[in-house]
Amino acid sequence: MGLTSKSTGIHAVDSGLEIKKQTPQDKVIAIAGNPNVGKSTVFNGLTGMNQHTGNWPGKTVSNAQGYCETKENTYVLVDIPGTYSLMAHSAEEEVARNFICFGQPDATVVVCDATCLERNLNLVLQTIEISKKVIVCVNLMDEAKRKHIKINLKTLSQRLQVPVIGITARKKSNLCFVTDALDRLFASKTQTQPYHIAYSKPIEDAIAVLEPVLQEKTAGKINARWLSLRLLDRDDSLLRELQAHLQTDLTKDPQVQKALAAAQAILKANGISASNIKDKIVSCIVKKAEEICFYAVTYEKSNYNAFDRRLDEILTSRWAGYPVMIALLLLIFFITITGANVLSDFLSDGLFYIEDRLTDLFTYMGAPEWLHSMLVLGVYRVLAWVVSVMLPPMAIFFPLFTLLEDAGYLPRVAYNLDKPFRKCCACGKQALSMCMGFGCNAAGIVGCRIIDSPRERLIAMLTNNFVPCNGRFPMMITMITIFFIGVSGGLFNSLLSALFLTGIILIGIIMTFVVSRLLSKTILKGVASSFTLELPPYRRPQIGKVILRSVFDRTLFVLGRAAVIAAPAGLLIWLMANIKVGDLSLLHHCSSFLDPFARLLGLDGVILMAFILGIPANEIVLPIAIMAYLAQGNIMQMDDLNTLHQLLVENGWTWITAISTMLFSLMHWPCSTTLITIHKESGSFKWTALAFAIPTICGMVVCFVFTTIARLF
Amino acid sequence: MNTSQSLCDINPGQKARVTALLSTGSIRRRLLDIGLIEDTEVECVGRSPGGDPTAFMIRGAVIAIRREDCKNILIGC
Repeated sequence: MGLTSKSTGIHAVDSGLEIKKQTPQDKVIAIAGNPNVGKSTVFNGLTGMNQHTGNWPGKTVSNAQGYCETKENTYVLVDIPGTYSLMAHSAEEEVARNFICFGQPDATVVVCDATCLERNLNLVLQTIEISKKVIVCVNLMDEAKRKHIKINLKTLSQRLQVPVIGITARKKSNLCFVTDALDRLFASKTQTQPYHIAYSKPIEDAIAVLEPVLQEKTAGKINARWLSLRLLDRDDSLLRELQAHLQTDLTKDPQVQKALAAAQAILKANGISASNIKDKIVSCIVKKAEEICFYAVTYEKSNYNAFDRRLDEILTSRWAGYPVMIALLLLIFFITITGANVLSDFLSDGLFYIEDRLTDLFTYMGAPEWLHSMLVLGVYRVLAWVVSVMLPPMAIFFPLFTLLEDAGYLPRVAYNLDKPFRKCCACGKQALSMCMGFGCNAAGIVGCRIIDSPRERLIAMLTNNFVPCNGRFPMMITMITIFFIGVSGGLFNSLLSALFLTGIILIGIIMTFVVSRLLSKTILKGVASSFTLELPPYRRPQIGKVILRSVFDRTLFVLGRAAVIAAPAGLLIWLMANIKVGDLSLLHHCSSFLDPFARLLGLDGVILMAFILGIPANEIVLPIAIMAYLAQGNIMQMDDLNTLHQLLVENGWTWITAISTMLFSLMHWPCSTTLITIHKESGSFKWTALAFAIPTICGMVVCFVFTTIARLF
Repeated sequence: MNTSQSLCDINPGQKARVTALLSTGSIRRRLLDIGLIEDTEVECVGRSPGGDPTAFMIRGAVIAIRREDCKNILIGC
């Protein structure tokens, strides 16, 4: 087909209305739709980009652009955040509305969920009311078919007076329907008119007074009928945008004022006030959607979503809801640990074999000993540790987690946990941002945008770090394995490790609740605001694709970070270990400087130093500590976890040290990427500093109390 | 029929028709956006493990709403 999807790289920037065309002929296409209908899937499919997709409403939080070309045209696609309506008011919904209303896209594709078309038509109707070129793209046709929901696309198209296509966006072959429809839309010469929703008589009369005046004033720059409605329902934030767009304040114009007063008088005479006109307008649109669906949609099975309801009955039931959540977490960790053991052994054998060969190579070339020592024992070894110990759990955990996300389980977690969060005066959606935190805390921070109330969003951002990210729990797994379970492996041992790890994670979750509540009672005072949360239908995750994609993505990402951060860190450690100040190495000076304080926390100077040097990326903390011990001690070869145990014990580690290290890993400063993200999202150094201080102080207090008590026994 | 019943008063499995929406501010707008206008049929489909919020089937989508907000959604039978 005509589609040669191509990406221009990862310029997924939050640029509001700034569209970057590659050529002046590029046509700008907005991809709009309700939350969680597959806009990002359509966008990725067409542009070849990798915007994050997942089955929960609100994961696209800013405009992303990408490019795609067909035989006839080149398009700039803009993936805009999901919105239920163009009258909505949360920050990310404003982004969507501003783009559709004022961004002047050449066309708008409204993506709809076939299994829930009626609700989706609300946005469709509002969009075709203002835009001339609109394509309605009914996605998830496969799900609708499975649920025996029949959609008559032709009827839909006739009633809406715009092209309608039905697709299953996750099937690549379906995406050409979208580009074909776009090509046809731009090829057709007929000038389409915006859709005319018939409102109740008083409203229509009021529009009749206002429309001609506005038509004259705006000189056709914007749809006058639509504008009349917005003036009547006094959408202040929209009027501000409008003022910026037209560069004049219409409401100050005497003629407009006069017409507006006359229109309002008509409404008033019919019992419609400023406070209920919005309801009347929305009611008309909703009823119109209801009417269209009556003709276009047939439910062949009345209990079409019985399966979803049955699954919800189990996953959110009073008795099973919480246990299932913990069991799923446990299962994921179990698979992660079991798989990582195998992979880790394999990788470390390979990588240390290469180390030996590198040594041979250096000897053969007659390189000086210091060079070999610096590059092989310093840089290469840290890299090898990051790859062999930290990478396997990350590469396994991530796809498993993505499967849960794709299936639609995460909103259920938010639903289950809303009550406890509300008790802490926070929002249940915080659970969603915490779930994202398991993957990456920076992603979790960005995910907090789905929380409407600014106060609750800040709480979620400040506490996100209590969820250990992908880069942190592999270290915990190693600690658990070598100090508590034994390195012999086996399924039973893996299960024990998973239980242990789940326990640690639960401590983090409890801390999240405690700190959220404390914040709500002190610096972020307030009560829980109201909220609505959509529980989307469960969808069968694309297992093969998810595993392939996230293993690949993750592996490349971690390898990239290892090269950028772990290698220089290895060099730094080597230099510190080999530069002597007085009789002792710089490394020794640093660690003994930190030592007395670290001892209070149950750690030692080397561990604390590793945490400090690990600010750029948490996955290098353990490798740095190992390197530091190796540089000071006399074990030079490290082949498996048994030697690691021996090394740590030789350096004075006990079970107390191991637990303190895990606790400190769970609760310490966020990594630099997360800090930068927090600063970007909160726009303030004060909150960034707090996000640094809160987990750090918590960690220090908890470690100190634990160590003091544990040492008594 | 008691007209002052609200969405709080129906249990999973029960259906009701919305008679009035008393909510104000952003939650009102949000409820209107998802199609919760007068005369909309709503079915209660479940409660979260803590007993709150409650999930409702509203125009083909499942939406969880907290008890305080349900109080402002009046229903008839």
